[in-house]
Amino acid sequence: MLLLIPLLPLAGFLVNAFAGRRLPKAVSGLVGCLAMIGSFAVSSAAVWGLVSSGEHAVEQTVFSWLSSHSLQVPFALRLDHLSALMILVVTGIGSLIHIYSVGYMHEEPDGEYARYFSYLNLFAAFMLVLVLGASFPVMFIGWEGVGLCSYLLIGFWFHKHSAADAGKKAFVVNRIGDFGFILGMLLIFTTFGTLDFQGVAAAAATRAPETAVGVMTIATMLLFVGATGKSAQIPLYVWLPDAMEGPTPVSALIHAATMVTAGVYMIGRNAVLFEHAPITLAIVAGIGVATALMAGTIGLVQHDIKRVLAYSTVSQLGFMFLAMGVGSFAAGIFHLYTHAFFKALLFLGAGAVIHALAGEQDLRNMGGLKRQLPITYWTFLIGALAIAGVPGLAGFFSKDEILFRTFTAATPGHTLMWVLGVVTSLLTAIYMFRLVFLAFHGERRHEAPMPQQSEEEEPVTQVSGTVPPPALAAGHVPAVHGSDHHAAAQQGAPGHHGMPHEAPWSMAVPLILLAAGSVLAGYAGLPHALGGSNRIEQFLEPAFHAPTQAVEIVASAAQPPIVPVALGLQLPGDAHAGEVHAGEVHADAATELRLMALSSGIAFAGIGIAAYFWLRRRDAAAAVADRMRPLHRLLLDKYYVDEAYDALLVQPLTTLSRTVLWRGVDAGLVDGAVNGVGLAVGAGSDALRRAQTGSVRTYAAMFFAGVVVIVGHYLL
Amino acid sequence: MDVVAFYLFAAVAVVSSLLVVGQRNPMYSVMLLIASFGALAGLYVLLDAPFTAVTQIIIYAGAIMVLFLFVVMLLNVPREEAAVGPVTATLGATGIRIGAVLSAVLAIELVWALSRLAPTRFGDDAEVTGISSVARIGRTLFTEHAFAFEATSILILAAMVGATVLARRER
Amino acid sequence: MVSLNHYLILSAVLFSIGTAGVFLRRNLITVLLSIEVMLNAVNLTFISVGRYLGTVDGQIIVFFVMTVAAAEAAVGLALVIALFRHRETLNPDAFTSLKW
Repeated sequence: MLLLIPLLPLAGFLVNAFAGRRLPKAVSGLVGCLAMIGSFAVSSAAVWGLVSSGEHAVEQTVFSWLSSHSLQVPFALRLDHLSALMILVVTGIGSLIHIYSVGYMHEEPDGEYARYFSYLNLFAAFMLVLVLGASFPVMFIGWEGVGLCSYLLIGFWFHKHSAADAGKKAFVVNRIGDFGFILGMLLIFTTFGTLDFQGVAAAAATRAPETAVGVMTIATMLLFVGATGKSAQIPLYVWLPDAMEGPTPVSALIHAATMVTAGVYMIGRNAVLFEHAPITLAIVAGIGVATALMAGTIGLVQHDIKRVLAYSTVSQLGFMFLAMGVGSFAAGIFHLYTHAFFKALLFLGAGAVIHALAGEQDLRNMGGLKRQLPITYWTFLIGALAIAGVPGLAGFFSKDEILFRTFTAATPGHTLMWVLGVVTSLLTAIYMFRLVFLAFHGERRHEAPMPQQSEEEEPVTQVSGTVPPPALAAGHVPAVHGSDHHAAAQQGAPGHHGMPHEAPWSMAVPLILLAAGSVLAGYAGLPHALGGSNRIEQFLEPAFHAPTQAVEIVASAAQPPIVPVALGLQLPGDAHAGEVHAGEVHADAATELRLMALSSGIAFAGIGIAAYFWLRRRDAAAAVADRMRPLHRLLLDKYYVDEAYDALLVQPLTTLSRTVLWRGVDAGLVDGAVNGVGLAVGAGSDALRRAQTGSVRTYAAMFFAGVVVIVGHYLL
Repeated sequence: MDVVAFYLFAAVAVVSSLLVVGQRNPMYSVMLLIASFGALAGLYVLLDAPFTAVTQIIIYAGAIMVLFLFVVMLLNVPREEAAVGPVTATLGATGIRIGAVLSAVLAIELVWALSRLAPTRFGDDAEVTGISSVARIGRTLFTEHAFAFEATSILILAAMVGATVLARRER
Repeated sequence: MVSLNHYLILSAVLFSIGTAGVFLRRNLITVLLSIEVMLNAVNLTFISVGRYLGTVDGQIIVFFVMTVAAAEAAVGLALVIALFRHRETLNPDAFTSLKW
């Protein structure tokens, strides 16, 4: 049954890939969405079954894949508490994004529409394989597969140069990370003799944690390199901002909620191994918090709405790695889970804004949308509040948990990391609300004509059956359009496409549901200090321990699946049984409350600063930017990291390839050799063909010479 | 007596062969070849093979050479160009020069090798000389070599058809 | 006494003469005649060895050789006729279409 979970999206991919061009849009969209919703249903059932049975995990071996002497790798899927949470996130949020895409991508031609959904389904299938894989190679299949789909989807509008380049950049940078991953995998195999996660955990548990750089440290470092590539951390984060060239739902799904979290998941999956390499964990935490801070500073000054969100993602991922690095894997996964909600919400909301403004993405040209796009505005606001860490919403609980764990951790330098984390939280609040105020408040700055009414448009599209707007019927703009420019030609066209219009229902409903999730999802991890039982941490604990250790798991009521329709509130006051955590420090509740107060204060302070600069006195913001021009330039140009990479790595490599490898080796040596052989044969035969004199007598003579020789040999 | 006959016939054979190869007029070549055949027939008789000798005259000299004559006369073959200068100058391409040299080499080779053999005398008893018996030849031909005999007839058929087709005038 | 060696040497000489003729003559008919000379030399060898060994096999082989020589001469001459019709010459050096 586990196999169905990735299989349904895969089936959706096959249908749309092979028959999509001939299917009407409604059908391909329906196929794509149903595949995801079906997968979500199966996932829910599987998780329900797992939890109610009280087992730690359920495993299913699909077929024997690699079988060669000591290397035995079956294609096996394994559902435990960690992957249970992940698949619910992937399929649940994935389904919502599929539904949203139905409306968002509506103006694409049939073939492109189907192509989009086929890629999206394929991505989901690979992601699910990644999460459900029971061993490194199976996970790696998914790992590579999502990288591929990321490339396909970023470069979806491949006619646009920047999109194609961005896709390539993403793929190449990912590959570099994958190389590290493969090396790590091989090292693990040679050290432990197995590639199965459980096997590796069991083998690692028998060793002592390494205090110096040993084989486990190296292996985990290599795996972490893979994680930096996939999850956009220093030094391999450079692809994520460029990935915003892809359609916004893609950014929401892949680059916010799921694919980029694969690195975090991978560390969580190998918690035992990483725990035995504390040096690596320290590095992970350090890089995580450094990335978070750096990305936060860059996001502060960006002009493109999606770029701000992209850097925000990088920053939040940094938080997750910080959590993993200080050893609180549950906190990292908790943040992953809440982040999926509000980041997807923010991206989809941004998509609604872009859709409404017919392709405008520059914040300097937006404003005053609060009244015209109410649903979008309010859901977006909820998302922003969540990510800023305002108490009561999801982001508060998860981010605060991370900061608390960092403060109380045993990792060297953890206090500095905590300080940097707090600074980053402040920055998060600031740039997020800068975004909100610039985009939605204030006066209109964009060129679309004034609307007649301010209420939202009547729903334009449903999942099944569409009403083509008049602008589409009158000369449809082909799919060769740039970025998110939804038929820029439609601006000025008659009818309701001439003004910013609210999202259609297919886009609005997911926004609403995600907003609800952003509010409520955090209560799964309500910490003890507030009287909760931190259920999510309990739920995830067994996954972070080696199979030989029997961990007391509270026989709690089933953790409700995170479905928008079934909201289960974890009420404070539930009795919490004693928990056994290896290596975690339990500080008193007072510290936690004090830190929570600090975080809340920071959040409000950030919002306040943003309000001052961008709500009240915009000129003040410009003045500050002017006074600190060099710094402003530095941040705007992303610390020139891309340029540095280009100069240090890309240009030399390109030059090397062009002059040495291409002209020198390929054209010179290889072609030379091949042509040389040809020439040699030609020259040889040129010489040899003189033997064909055409004169029969000459032939006879040569004939005869042989005879003489043979006769001589025999006679003499 | 035998010795004299042998040397006589041998001389005729060699000389006429040389002339066949050496002189220009093809008509004369054919005639000289007939003479050579005659000498050889004589040698066959000396070797107790009268049947073969007669067959040689009838088939070779009588049929094949006549055929050659027909063709020579049909085609009105002209005399070959006169030789200019020494023999080596008449030899054309290098290959041919080499060929001629090789023939000489072969001759020397064979003769030298053969002359080093110990003289092997011919036997004289009745059984050996009985090879001249035509009856014996016939018997062997039609029993041991019957297959070859029949195959040869097919060969001749093929040759006939081939010759007819090849020499046909194009329409 | 005439021994086998005499006959063998004689046929060797005749064979070489025939070979030389194949190379040296610039007339196709004469080339064919030289081939006949070579065949005859071989016949002589067979007969003499057959006499030496006391079997009739020598003569029988000669019988077949003659038959084949006849067939070959017929076909060869037909070819010569066809070639002559084509080129009006019997010089083998004139037929060099297969030259490189």
